[in-house]
Amino acid sequence: MMTLKVNGHDHQIDAEPDTPLLYVLRDDLKLNAAKFGCGLGQCGSCTVIVDGKAVLSCVTPLVLLEGKQVTTLEGLGTVAQPAPIQRAFMEEQAAQCGYCIAGMMMRAQALLQRIPKPTDEQIRAELAPHLCRCGTHMRILRAVHRAARLMDTAELAPADQRSAQ
Amino acid sequence: MKKKAIIGGVIAALLVGAAGVYAVAWRPAIAAIDPSKPQSFDAALIKRGRELAAIGNCSTCHTLRDGKDFAGGLPVPTPFGTIYSSNITPDAKTGIGRWSEAAFQRAMRFGVDREGRHLYPTFPYDHFTNVSDDDNRALYAYLMTREPVDAIARENELSFPLDQRMVVAGWKLLFLRRATYEPDPGKSAEWNRGAYLVEGLAHCGACHTPRNALGAERTTATFAGGDVDNWKAFAINAQSPSPVPWDAEALYAYLRDGFHPDHGTARGPMAEVVSNLSVVPASDVHAIATYMADVFGTPSPDRKRQGEAALAEAKKVPAPAPANGPGAAIYAAACAGCHESGRALPYGGVSLALSTTVSSPDPRNLANIVLAGVRPVEGERSPIMPGFAASMSDAQIAALLTYLRSRFSSQPAWTDIEKIVAEARRTQTAYLETSAGARNAPADPAQRDKP
Repeated sequence: MMTLKVNGHDHQIDAEPDTPLLYVLRDDLKLNAAKFGCGLGQCGSCTVIVDGKAVLSCVTPLVLLEGKQVTTLEGLGTVAQPAPIQRAFMEEQAAQCGYCIAGMMMRAQALLQRIPKPTDEQIRAELAPHLCRCGTHMRILRAVHRAARLMDTAELAPADQRSAQ
Repeated sequence: MKKKAIIGGVIAALLVGAAGVYAVAWRPAIAAIDPSKPQSFDAALIKRGRELAAIGNCSTCHTLRDGKDFAGGLPVPTPFGTIYSSNITPDAKTGIGRWSEAAFQRAMRFGVDREGRHLYPTFPYDHFTNVSDDDNRALYAYLMTREPVDAIARENELSFPLDQRMVVAGWKLLFLRRATYEPDPGKSAEWNRGAYLVEGLAHCGACHTPRNALGAERTTATFAGGDVDNWKAFAINAQSPSPVPWDAEALYAYLRDGFHPDHGTARGPMAEVVSNLSVVPASDVHAIATYMADVFGTPSPDRKRQGEAALAEAKKVPAPAPANGPGAAIYAAACAGCHESGRALPYGGVSLALSTTVSSPDPRNLANIVLAGVRPVEGERSPIMPGFAASMSDAQIAALLTYLRSRFSSQPAWTDIEKIVAEARRTQTAYLETSAGARNAPADPAQRDKP
């Protein structure tokens, strides 16, 4: 049994220490935003934020998460109250099939928390480990810039963001 | 009277001394030329120069990450201070555009710039002295036809007296062997070609040979392993830590492709070397492999047996790792998925029982790779591995490394690992920010025949 902190809540998890975080999130906690893509840390679709940093949850065993804060896309915003990063991706229609997008948003969120106004180059470099096979890359790029602008405006500094800090 | 004689003697001695230093250290300037027109160079010569520049790995030091080709500015940390690489584009003001071919030949052979100033031996002229006039001519033609870049070289950060370039003249007296490569008539043409490249332009010893207190390669320990950018350049002689002994065939594949299933993947500064070697004539890489296989030497029967044992171990269907301790749990979730998948390199991970990195006496390379991962090269069939700097603390990586060492190597445990991981985390970040990284992918064969 270990305590896993996800989106501000403590969960008691009964799993082996070598269980990948992704399995616990999806199977035990039913948080299905993070996706199983390759299972090898090569596609980025399982990305979540751990203590402010983007982490590939499929190759992150529970043993590494003692005392750490995990944030998934569900922790950023809701359908009724989407977080700036989610709103920006919707407004730019950055998802086609959408499978990679939750991971993209999580790494973009971590980037924006670190660098509020990233350049094109910084966004490209940061998202380079993420694969998108539909080819919405240019929209994703625009969405991250839009999210940066949204986060900058006073009206959108909602409570939803706090859990990701 | 006696006093006067002594003073006179001292003055005379000082004058003679000064004249001696002057004679040893002073080099004339070579007249500046008007920048040559690119069209004035023969296309075949330029193409040859391009291949030679790749063998010489010039771009690694003379190109910054995201910088213009050959514009310099890369900080090279040395025990004596930081030296910045120079701009070797044909820019007239800040590059070598006003250098004649004679000035270029002199720089390669004697480490003196056009103005007559001694160059620091971070520029490996102790090897380039072996490069033939013809090859220097081709390199000159290649560099003079690159895009000129206006980029002023940064001032070196050296303290007195090392900031005085005269000091380098003394270093050269001690360590610069001004010999051109002499072929060994007892060996094959291929062996000799390899020796010429390895000892000269490819300057393998610059990283793989340990250096003495004055920064010169130790001639008694050639290829015994050196240090570069907080990576270990492994021993590439009989002391090689590779579980499986190297042979010419494996060396060729590794140098050409960047990986070999019985040895692992070229990373760190070596990634740039193999990336460059992927675009040169195959015959030159074969020659290098032939010569280096001889340097490694024929393995002893004991060494051969160890290699076969490691290969057998790697082929075994892996038993589920017993989950004792955090290292084992981290390995099971983070590493085994690729490293025990049985998938072929480069997409599958090398069996860690065969990894030189895990069996090396020095854990830094393994720490570097676990932290930063292996970035795939754009458009190339190349290895890939996620980095774990964001998800693992120094203590957790130390636990993982300790586990890997005990499970996959017969060598004694590493000590002080957590400190080494912390240091790797610090330097690896700096390295990734400045190094150009592996590129020049072999997947771009269309470029191969172009000048």
